[in-house]
Amino acid sequence: MLIINCPHCGPREESEFACGGEAHIARPLAENSISDAEFADYLFLRDNPKGLFLERWRHSAGCRRWFNIARDTVSHEIIEVYPMGALPRKKDALATHAASWRRDTAAEKAAERAAQKAQKPAQKPAQKPARQKAAAKKAPGKRGGK
Amino acid sequence: MGLMKAKPAAQQMRRRSSGGRIDRTKPVTFTFDGRSYQGYEGDTLASALLANNVHLLGRSFKYHRPRGIVGSGSEEPNALIRLGRGAYAEPNLRATQIELYEGLYAESQNRTPSLKFDIGAVNSLLERFFPAGFYYKTFMWPASMWMTYEHVIRRAAGLGRVADDHNDPDRYEKAHVHCDVLVAGGGAAGLMAALHAGRSGARVILADEQNEFGGWLLAENDTRIEGVDANSWIAGMVADLAAMPEVTLLPRTTVFGYMDHNYLTLVERVTDHLAERPAHLPRQRLWKVRAGQTVLAQGAHERPLVFSGNDLPGVMLAGAVRHFINRFGVLPGNRAIVVTNNDDAYRTAISLNEAGANVVVADLRIGASGPLITAAKDAGIAVMAGHAVTLADGNHRVARVEISAVNEGATQITGDTVHMDCDLIAMSGGLSPAVHLHSQARGKLAWDDRTLCFKPSATHEASFNAGACNGSFDLGAALREGARAGVKAATAAGFKAFTSIETPALDTPKQSWRPLAAWKITNGEEPGRGPKAFVDFQNDVTASDVALAAREGFQSVEHLKRYTTMGMATDQGKTSNINALAILADALGSEIPEVGTTTFRMPYTPANIGAIAARDIGHLFDPTRLTRMDEWHRANGATFEHVGQWMRAWYYPQEGETMAEAVNREVLAARTTAGLLDASTLGKIDIRGPDAAEFLNRIYTNSWLRLGIGKCRYGLMLKDDGMIMDDGVTTRLAEDHFHMTTTTGGAAGVLDWMEEWLQTEWPDLKVYLTSVTEEWSVATLSGPNAAKILEAAGIDIDLGASSFPFMSMQEAHLGGLPVRIFRISFTGELSYEINVKARHGLALWTLLMKAGTDFGITPYGTEAMHVLRAEKGFIIVGQETDGSVTPPDLNMNWIVSDVKADFIGKRALARASMSYDDRKQLVGLMTTDSQRVIPEGAHAVIDPDQPMPMEMLGQVTSSYYSPNVGASIAMAMLKGGHSMLGSKVYFPMLDGDVIEAEIVEPMFFDAKGERING
Repeated sequence: MLIINCPHCGPREESEFACGGEAHIARPLAENSISDAEFADYLFLRDNPKGLFLERWRHSAGCRRWFNIARDTVSHEIIEVYPMGALPRKKDALATHAASWRRDTAAEKAAERAAQKAQKPAQKPAQKPARQKAAAKKAPGKRGGK
Repeated sequence: MGLMKAKPAAQQMRRRSSGGRIDRTKPVTFTFDGRSYQGYEGDTLASALLANNVHLLGRSFKYHRPRGIVGSGSEEPNALIRLGRGAYAEPNLRATQIELYEGLYAESQNRTPSLKFDIGAVNSLLERFFPAGFYYKTFMWPASMWMTYEHVIRRAAGLGRVADDHNDPDRYEKAHVHCDVLVAGGGAAGLMAALHAGRSGARVILADEQNEFGGWLLAENDTRIEGVDANSWIAGMVADLAAMPEVTLLPRTTVFGYMDHNYLTLVERVTDHLAERPAHLPRQRLWKVRAGQTVLAQGAHERPLVFSGNDLPGVMLAGAVRHFINRFGVLPGNRAIVVTNNDDAYRTAISLNEAGANVVVADLRIGASGPLITAAKDAGIAVMAGHAVTLADGNHRVARVEISAVNEGATQITGDTVHMDCDLIAMSGGLSPAVHLHSQARGKLAWDDRTLCFKPSATHEASFNAGACNGSFDLGAALREGARAGVKAATAAGFKAFTSIETPALDTPKQSWRPLAAWKITNGEEPGRGPKAFVDFQNDVTASDVALAAREGFQSVEHLKRYTTMGMATDQGKTSNINALAILADALGSEIPEVGTTTFRMPYTPANIGAIAARDIGHLFDPTRLTRMDEWHRANGATFEHVGQWMRAWYYPQEGETMAEAVNREVLAARTTAGLLDASTLGKIDIRGPDAAEFLNRIYTNSWLRLGIGKCRYGLMLKDDGMIMDDGVTTRLAEDHFHMTTTTGGAAGVLDWMEEWLQTEWPDLKVYLTSVTEEWSVATLSGPNAAKILEAAGIDIDLGASSFPFMSMQEAHLGGLPVRIFRISFTGELSYEINVKARHGLALWTLLMKAGTDFGITPYGTEAMHVLRAEKGFIIVGQETDGSVTPPDLNMNWIVSDVKADFIGKRALARASMSYDDRKQLVGLMTTDSQRVIPEGAHAVIDPDQPMPMEMLGQVTSSYYSPNVGASIAMAMLKGGHSMLGSKVYFPMLDGDVIEAEIVEPMFFDAKGERING
C-alpha cells in the first residue's frame, strides 16, 4: 500500500485516495470534427506502462482534491506530486509526458484548438481549463515516438 | 476413548534426563487423537509428541502417506494439526509452532478412519497412475461432471477441516503502527540489529514468530558468545532491548506480509499459548506497520535431501533434530543416521552422540574433512564419506536404511551397499535463506554458486537483509551484519546511530558453508523408477513428478509450480523450492539461475481471517444509515430493505397481510387518497457560484441557463461515453444557487463525478459543491388528497395550481415548521416533496400522518414507490439502465439538447454505433395472462419453439402487478424494441413454461397525465 503525499494534507495512506487513471488526456469538444476512431483515443484508450506513469489521484477520504502524480509502476516509487493543469517538473516525468503517443493524436490537437477558441472571447479573466492548458503548453524535449 | 484413557501412554520415554528450555517442574497434560500424553511447559506440541515417541502425525495431501515431523518451526511441511474443539477448532496448524498448554486438544488430519489405517493410502499403491497433473489429465470431460469430481477430490486430497460452527467465538484486534525500524526475526542478526537501531533512539519493533527470541541460537549448546553460553547471551540482549523505551518486543508474532512502501502485516498470537485465556485480551492481534526502514533477519531453512523414502516419519531435518535435543531435551531416536552434503549436520551428529544415541554419518562428499568432521570422528561417530542414504524403509516409521557408496553428485551407486536398522534419519541438504519477505516486496534474488542458494539482491523498498536470511550463515558474520543493518536502518530513518560496531567474541565450531551439489540421490534404478523420493512433502510432489512435468513441456518454473502444485499452499516452498528448481534445471540441462524462481506470496505462514477482519464483522462491517423518521417506521411495523448503506422502509404490512397485499393497498391508496413516502435518502447536492448554471448545462444533457428561480427541472447525467449515469430533479433556488437531487445509491458518486470535472477539466468555472443529503429530511406526499392534507396540517402558502405550479418550489411553513416544498412527482399524482431541516424529520412525518388521518393517508415504502413509478413508465437508473443505455435507447431524445455546443456525452452520442437498429431499447410489456407477473431478468425471445441456444432479444428490467391497472405490467430492454410495438414476445421459464406478452408503450396509467394537478 502506497504512501501518497497529498499536496494539501501531507503523506497519507493509499486507502484514503482514489486513483483516477492516466493523466494529461485532453478532452476534445463535441463540435470538433474528429472521427469516431480518433475520438476513441480520448474516450477509451488508456496506457498501462511498465515504468514511469503520469496519473491522476484524488484524496477521496480527505480533502477531496485532485492532483497528478508520477509513479513508477514497477517499484511504486512516486517521484513527483504536482497540481492539476500543470506539467511535471522532474526531467524523467516530463520526458514521459512528451513521449506519449497521445501528443500526436487528432483528439489532443482538437482539444488544443478548442482551448485556443475558448480563449478568444476572453472577457472573463478565467484560467484556461486545466488539462487543456497542460496540453497547450508545448512540452520541451522531443515529441512523438511511442 | 474411555478405554484408551484408562491406559495412559508410557510417559516421555524420549525425554532426556536434563537440559532444554522446558520447565520440568510444570508437567502439562494434553490429548492427541483421543490419547492423553504428558509434556512440560516450554514444549511445543511437536517436541512433546516426540518425547512420547510419537512420530506419525498425519497423512499426506495426495497419496495419504504416513507423515511425521520434519522441521522444528514454521518450515514444517508435514505435521499439520487440527487444534481445539467445536467452534474453537482450527485446522492446518504446525505441530512445531503450537506451544503446549494444559488441556490442549489436537487431532491429526486427512485420514479416514484413523491415522494408522487410512483408506486413502490406496492412492499410494496407484502412484503410477497418479502422476503430476493427474487431475488435469483425467477429470477433463464432460465438463459438467467437474463439480462432482471436484467434490470427491477435495475430500480425498485435502488439508484440514475448518470448525463446524462457522461463527468464530474468539475476539481479534487490529493495531495500526508507525515505526522507524522494523526488525523481522529475533535471532542472532535480528537481536543485534534491534539493539543497534534501538540505541539511536529510533522507534524499533522486533518481531519473532517464536515464543522466545534467539532463533537457532536457542539450540546451539556448542556456542559461547562473549564468554557465556548462547542462551545467557540472548537473555542479556533481550534485557537490554526491554530496557529501551522506544523498542517494542513482539514475540509470538509473525511478519507475514511485505507490501509497497514498507507496509508490513504482522500477526501476534496473544493468548493461543495459554490454557486460561483472560477475557480482556484478544486471541490474536493484527499489526499493520508502516516502517521507515526494515531489517529482514528471518534466518534460513534447511533443505531436505531427496532420496527414496525420505518422507517416512522419523526422517527429519538435521537442524531440527539438534533443536529438539538441545532446546527441548528430547531425543527423537536412539539409532540415528545422519545424511548430509555439508558440515553443519555434524553438529547434530555430535549432539545426538552426546545425548546417547548411536550415530552413523553418511556424507555425500567423497573428501569430507574439516574440524567438525574430525571432532565427530574423535567422539567415536562412524563417518562414511562418499556415501548416501539411497533408500529409507519402514512402515509408519523409518526402520532401516540402505547406505551406498555414490559418485560426486550422488547420481550413481559406485560401490557397496550396506543395510542398517535405525529409528531416525537426520538429513541436511544445505541452507536456503528465508527470502520470503524480500521476495514478497518484489526484491530480486541472486544465485550464489558457493553456498548453493538464492540470496536477496536489489529491492525497491527501504530494507536491509542481515544474517542467514542474507546468506550469511556463519554466526560471526550474522552478528556483524545484524549490527551493521541496525545502524544503517536507524541512520536512514534519520537517527544518529553508533557507527562503531562491536562484534561479540565468539567460541563456536568452525565449519564450511559450502554444501555439495547433489539434488537427487539415486536409488540405483533408472530415474523415475523405484520408491518415491519427495521434493515437496506438503503437496506430495516427487522428484519424478518434476522431471515428468519438464518432459511434458511445463518447463517454465511458473508452469511447473502450477502443474505440480509444488511450493503452493500453506508451505510456500520453504523446504522444497530450491530442490525442485535444481531438479528442473537438471531435467532441462540448464542451470538453476537460468531456471529462475517463483515469487513467494503472502502470507509467509497462514494468518487467520479472523485476525485480518478483527472487529470489522457483523454490524460493524459497514455503516448503516438511518433516516430521521426511522423510529416511526419501526414502531409501525415496516419491513426494510438495504439501499446502499441506507435502511429504507420497504412496505408496512398490517396484521395478517402478505407482502403483495400490503403493497397493493399502498399503491391503491397513493392514487385514490394519499400516500406518504420517506424520501430522505435521495441524494442532495447544494451547488453554488456564479457559474453554477453553466456547470449544470455541461453536466446535464438538457438546457439549464434559462431555468427560472424557484423552478425545477428533471435532468439526465451521462458519462462521457454517452451512457446514462444518474438522473434527478434540480431546482434553482437563486441566480447562483441550485439544489440537485440524485438517486439514493448514486449520491456520493455524482458528487465525486462533478468534483472531478470542476477540478480537472473546468477549473475556470466558479462553482462549489456541498453534499446536503443528511441536512434535509424529506416526506413525499402524493395523491388526490395531498393538498387537502397540507391545508389540514396548516400551510401558509396558496397551493392552487396557478400560484404553485408543477415543477416549482416554494418555501413555506407547515404546522409551524419551516419547509421547502417541491411540486414534483415520481408517481404521476399531485405530489409534494416536503423538505425540512433534518432534525425536524420525525415531527414533519407525524404531523402529516396526523393531518392526513381523515383523508386516508397511507405510508408507503420503496416497493410501492417502484410500482407507482412503473405504472407511469418512469425509469430507475440502475434498474432500467446498466451503463450501456443512452437517452435515445429510452426514447428520451426530448431531454438531449440539440443546441448546446457541448455537454458530457454529446460527442459520444454521435458515434455511429449509437444509432444501430439492434440496440436494446426500452419498451412496456402487457402479459396475455394479465395476472401473470414476469420475473425480472427474464429473457425475451421472438419464437419460443426455436432450437437452443435461442436468440435473446433482451431482458425484463421492471415487473410488477399493478392494482391500479388491474394487470401485470413490465418494462424491458429489447433489441430494436421501439419498432416492435404491438408484437408478441415470449419468456421461456426454467420449468419449461412460456409467458407471452405484448410490446406496448411503457406507460400504463393516466397516459395523458391528467392527474398531476389532483
